Amino acid sequence: MTAAVAIEGLEVVFDRFRALKGVSLEVREGESYGLVGESGSGKSTLLRAITGLAPVASGTITVNGKALGKTRDKAFYRDVQMVFQDPYGSLHPRQTVDRLLQEPLAIHGIADGEKRIERALDEVGLGKGFRFRYAHQLSGGQRQRVAIARALILEPSILLLDEPTSALDASVQAEVLNLLEEVRRRHKLTFLMVSHDLAIITHMCERLMVMQNGDAVETLTASQLIGHRVSEDYTRNLLRASEGFVRTA
Amino acid sequence: MSDTLLEVDDLRVTFPTRTGLVQAVRGVSFSLGRERLGIVGESGSGKSQTGRAIMGLTPPQAEVSAKKLAFGGIELLSISSRQRRSLRGNRIAMILQDPKYSLDPVMTIGRQIVETLRTHEKVSKADARERALAMLQAVQIRDPARVFDLYPHEVSGGMGQRAMIAMMLITGPELMIADEPTSALDVTVQLDVLKILDKLVAERGMGLIFISHDLRLVSSFCDRVVVMYAGKVVEQIKASELRDAQHPYTRGLLNCMPRIGFERHPLPVLDRKPEWAA
Repeated sequence: MTAAVAIEGLEVVFDRFRALKGVSLEVREGESYGLVGESGSGKSTLLRAITGLAPVASGTITVNGKALGKTRDKAFYRDVQMVFQDPYGSLHPRQTVDRLLQEPLAIHGIADGEKRIERALDEVGLGKGFRFRYAHQLSGGQRQRVAIARALILEPSILLLDEPTSALDASVQAEVLNLLEEVRRRHKLTFLMVSHDLAIITHMCERLMVMQNGDAVETLTASQLIGHRVSEDYTRNLLRASEGFVRTA
Repeated sequence: MSDTLLEVDDLRVTFPTRTGLVQAVRGVSFSLGRERLGIVGESGSGKSQTGRAIMGLTPPQAEVSAKKLAFGGIELLSISSRQRRSLRGNRIAMILQDPKYSLDPVMTIGRQIVETLRTHEKVSKADARERALAMLQAVQIRDPARVFDLYPHEVSGGMGQRAMIAMMLITGPELMIADEPTSALDVTVQLDVLKILDKLVAERGMGLIFISHDLRLVSSFCDRVVVMYAGKVVEQIKASELRDAQHPYTRGLLNCMPRIGFERHPLPVLDRKPEWAA
């Protein structure tokens, strides 16, 4: 079994600030892997470094056996797609859903666009009626569905998810999480998912890494976390916090 | 009568839009004593507009009406805006969601707290400073004298929110409205801030309205919960009895969140019924 994503000693530096301090991880093919941490822990930066959106200072990133250089080629973006946190910011406000979905197809010169768009919309549970609407005519959950459709339309093998539901209401979050699980099963996708919410990560992922201040704290399986078999105090704190407010005395 | 701090009967908030009138709040009624009341709902449920209407912060184009909106026996909708202003920040205070936006960016934290105090009370500058420092101490800021002179961008979100709480509590309000006070904070910081808020509210015997989208958080923090959907109250329930909630919306909200140790694939989703909004 090869690793879908293998990262070795990844360092990301913004000016003089080290956002990632030599992080290593390995995501197996078909696995769903979670990154948890508080704001500023570097979890989103790690995803952005993979896609080439953050400056890599040192370390190597290997995707499907191919080491990535300074630039990414088209084939990379066909294989790796990303869904961003805020569906209000990640969709072009002056483009219809149709145009949004056509863009990746045009970039990659894919011919059967018509069919693909219909299928992609169908897949994320937005019928044909949504095809010629603008983002502002959609709810947050519908927008995130469009963002997922846009990521899926190129039939990637790896999906990078950066807090895909944190801007959504709880009930809509459940729908989107279910959708993500379903498309993963259907397309045998590899997920690398970032969230600040331990419950979401244990729900969605088999393995996870806890991060703090640009460093990996520990790597766990979901069942270890559920059984509270964690070795680091920081993870224990996170677990306690995720159980909610408890009044003392 | 002294028990009831706030009485809300048939509160309505209406916004004029290009396509006609939109009722954000449609006949909300509840009463509040010196207790912690949670208002829960999803975005667009009217929970924040309810809080803002009580505070008197509804945008000018919107219209607020109610059979009764009384705070400590004062009918809030019939007094002048000047009288309203003397209540706001003094006897009724409000904590907003994100300290990044709700604190004045060009004023030091200390000056903002002092300003609040001196607007409502006649105190000397030196006394005001003393009290602001004591208040910062009370919200567990370790080095009050240093934080006093900092600007909001120089402190973390958790610290900013503590400063916000200090600012709101310094006049000793009887009613505190907290609109998503911890949603912008990291989970571990969230608990610290909630603990501080909880302690101060209990010590001072204030009434608290805690507005949030997070039903579970609210139920662990409040005595009573009002659940809102599409501008209406669908259920009022004691937090301790939330497990026996009757309304399908309340139960759906409780159920749809993933929980550690409870494997459910797929997650149950809300099946919204049009009659809930009727």
